[in-house]
Amino acid sequence: MNDYLVMIGLEMHCEISETKSKVFSSAENSYKDLPNSNIRPIDMGFPGTLPVVNKEAVRMALMASMILNCKQPEHIYFERKNYYYPDMPKNFQITQETKPAPVGIYGELEYECNGETKKALINNIHLEEDAASSEHLGSTTLIDYNRAGVPLLELVTEPCFHSADEAVSFLETMRSIYQYAGISEADSKKGQIRCDVNISIMEKGKDEKDPSNWGTKVEIKNVNSFGGVRDAINYEIERQIDAKEDGIYDEIIEQETRRWDEESGTTIRMRSKVDAIDYKYFVEPNIPKFKLSKEWLEEIRKSIPELASDRKAKYINEYGISNYDATILVKEKPVADYYEETIKLGVNPKSSSNWITSVILGHLNKFDLSINDIYLTPKMLVDLIKLIDEGTISSKQAKEVLYESLTENKEPVKIVEEKGMKQIGDTDTINKVIQEVLEEQPASIEQYKSGRTNIVDFLVGQVMKKTRGQANPAMTRNMIIEEIEKR
Amino acid sequence: MYMEKTIKELHEDLVNGKVTSKELIKESLEKSHEVNEKYNAFVTIMDDAKETEVTDNLLSGIPYGIKDNYSTKGILSTGSSNTLKDYVPFFTATAIENLNKANAVPVNKTVMDEFGMGGTGTTGHTGIVKNPWDPTRMTAGSSAGSACAVAAGVYPYATGSDTGDSIRKPAAYCGIVGYKPTYGMISRYGLFAFASSLDHCGVLTRCVEDAAIVTDNMKGIDKYDMTSWDSSNINLYKDLTDDVKGKKICYIKEICDINNYPNASDELKEHLENFKQKLELCKELGMEVTEVSVDETLLKASPSVYVVISCAEATSNMSNLTGFIFGPRGEGNTYIEQMKDHRTKGFSPLIKRRFVIGSYVLQAQNKDRYFHNAQRVRRLLVDEWKKLFKEYDAIILPVGAGPAKHLDGSKNILDESTSVLEEHLQIGNYGGFPSITIPDGFVSNLPVGLNITGNCYNDQTVLNIAYALESKMEYKNQIAKEVK
Repeated sequence: MNDYLVMIGLEMHCEISETKSKVFSSAENSYKDLPNSNIRPIDMGFPGTLPVVNKEAVRMALMASMILNCKQPEHIYFERKNYYYPDMPKNFQITQETKPAPVGIYGELEYECNGETKKALINNIHLEEDAASSEHLGSTTLIDYNRAGVPLLELVTEPCFHSADEAVSFLETMRSIYQYAGISEADSKKGQIRCDVNISIMEKGKDEKDPSNWGTKVEIKNVNSFGGVRDAINYEIERQIDAKEDGIYDEIIEQETRRWDEESGTTIRMRSKVDAIDYKYFVEPNIPKFKLSKEWLEEIRKSIPELASDRKAKYINEYGISNYDATILVKEKPVADYYEETIKLGVNPKSSSNWITSVILGHLNKFDLSINDIYLTPKMLVDLIKLIDEGTISSKQAKEVLYESLTENKEPVKIVEEKGMKQIGDTDTINKVIQEVLEEQPASIEQYKSGRTNIVDFLVGQVMKKTRGQANPAMTRNMIIEEIEKR
Repeated sequence: MYMEKTIKELHEDLVNGKVTSKELIKESLEKSHEVNEKYNAFVTIMDDAKETEVTDNLLSGIPYGIKDNYSTKGILSTGSSNTLKDYVPFFTATAIENLNKANAVPVNKTVMDEFGMGGTGTTGHTGIVKNPWDPTRMTAGSSAGSACAVAAGVYPYATGSDTGDSIRKPAAYCGIVGYKPTYGMISRYGLFAFASSLDHCGVLTRCVEDAAIVTDNMKGIDKYDMTSWDSSNINLYKDLTDDVKGKKICYIKEICDINNYPNASDELKEHLENFKQKLELCKELGMEVTEVSVDETLLKASPSVYVVISCAEATSNMSNLTGFIFGPRGEGNTYIEQMKDHRTKGFSPLIKRRFVIGSYVLQAQNKDRYFHNAQRVRRLLVDEWKKLFKEYDAIILPVGAGPAKHLDGSKNILDESTSVLEEHLQIGNYGGFPSITIPDGFVSNLPVGLNITGNCYNDQTVLNIAYALESKMEYKNQIAKEVK
């Protein structure tokens, strides 16, 4: 592997989920509804229908173009990509393929990979329509036209990534950008993100800017998760390197399109480059070219929301959160939003961060949930943290309550009330229990005095046990030491 | 016969209680059946058409016909193709919706060349449309049934569509008025697309005034058609005037001069001579008439430009016809087999040929040579016309090389040199120019026409010139009479 330089280019398709209607149709842009309920005649290609451009989709596409530091075109227009496919009833897709049609060309974006800052080169980003979704059931295929005509952004990079890590880090950065910019939920579980990966290998040391040194490019289509992208890249690198080492590279690696087969964890040949489809592009005649005004572009630029990198800097500099935790908090916008909501409600940013990154995200990962799926609202979390701050319950108790709240969908404050969980803060009660414990564990006093001071932890634990965790641990600790030293 | 009257006359009769909407519909339907027997002009006759309330709108209560490529809710809309032979749409084209709002009463759907692709009126799935002046002749197309029915006096007007000359050529052959306004004045939503950048909605009538009235009612900006524009400040009928004194018009030497046609038939000679006389009438109306010259090579390229662009767009536009969601399902074991079967059986050979051409000119290795070059020449032709419009209010030209052609092809004289004369109306589609054909006389006892074309948005000027010229001739409101 070390003898080769891997060149990876990505095509990332991301649905714009945040417009009200589809990109060329007035049907609603929504997933949640019954299949085949969000359809206008154009989505099924009925004769006489015409496309009408959704300005909001264009605005979002231009915003993405700006974030990627691309050049925006003078005029917006669209093209037809002609091919027959059952999930596309018009049998052409309205897209922007040929330069200078795309909403953005030739940009670059910095992203972080394993703590290092790298630069991705963008060839273009363009706005197009999605096809219907189909579900294959044995010999039958069901088609849902709700997705037909949903706005789709296709981002094409140069072959600027050299490992699966880099490719996936970039994709994660893009997902975060789409989420933070309010363009898309960018949820691959909902099929909103789909990737094609181009991979070739070349010998290390040669000039990578000279295309004649590049190896044969293999395209892997329709990889639907970032995990899949990682596995597909690693599989394909190994396949190509093995072929090189076995001296059969020229025989078996050809310019072709393969697909990623999730089940077998392999890539499977679809078609050779020779059989590539001629899409017969031409300018869509039903959509007049329109000039982009400087004012509108400026307005869009000014409206770009705070992105993950901005928020991360704020968390570190203003809230004193560690780089590590801040990175975790901003990774998914809904989590960062949740976090900021708790801060708005007046909680210590550090405690909130601790509870979210440890307990809540742990729970989400374990059950494969999104933060929006859980019953616990930011307000509930803040109320719980306040109970700790007021000394009403201990952190240990709070942790238990939080787990229970997450699994049982109950409000933490209610759990505390129901269980009569109140931290015991009065010295008389605690003192009584300490006396009991010391009587039961006479040896411990000797051990302490002979220098084994960590025996105190054991004794605190005994007190907590007897009080079912309700004793204030710090207070208990001090009182135990005081008591032993008195004896 | 009420149906031979003009829209204004009919409106007056309706308002004065001389006749009812119901009676007009009855007469129109009876005439429809008669005309269908003789000339095969209709795909559907709506025998259950209901009268409407007569309002201030001049079209209220009056019957009319719809070309079968307009989508009409609940009414069979075939585009005269087997691929849609059973298709009943669930939405109505905007232009027809607008006429419905005016209380106009559709009574039939008219036969056309399949999906508008053809200029003969002989390729519809229900058979050949015959010319009401002489049933052995063509009506021309593609708005064949509409032209035939209006000429035969079924009603005062029918809608048409025009991609190359599909309104203006059959109007000439049938001795009536055919008008396509500026591109986008009438919404194309619900019109079955042939070549979207060239397709226009329009109307066939028996006088210019009726064309103005109907267009006023069909037009308007439409949120479903991005190429439509707001024409609410244009009132074609209200502003119609025959005062055209001082207007400057031109005709093109390379098209009109008989010396361009060394093998000219007698009919062609007569047609061009007749046209020349009509130029004299224009002068009598106080217009300045000038002969201009246009590069002949450019003009001669027009027919090829048309073939390349229209076929390319058509092949893409019609890829939605697969027989799955609408139209008869094809036979076969896979969806591809079923689709191929549907298209093989459904389309006529002429259309298939055009699809092959369209596909060929768009292929990566041919696109620059054919498609892009055709677009360049289209631009050059449009620029040439626009240059003329800087100086002239309109271009006036003869339509075709004479009267209607024989249905029996062997009787037609093949004269390659007349191709520009036959096809120059396409330039009106390249530029989206307003363009109207009016009858200007008879050759071999059959009607012939002339065309007036102006710059985009100058519809009023074009109509006014046509209106004035029409009043100097005796072909206004003529009804076809079979001549032998």
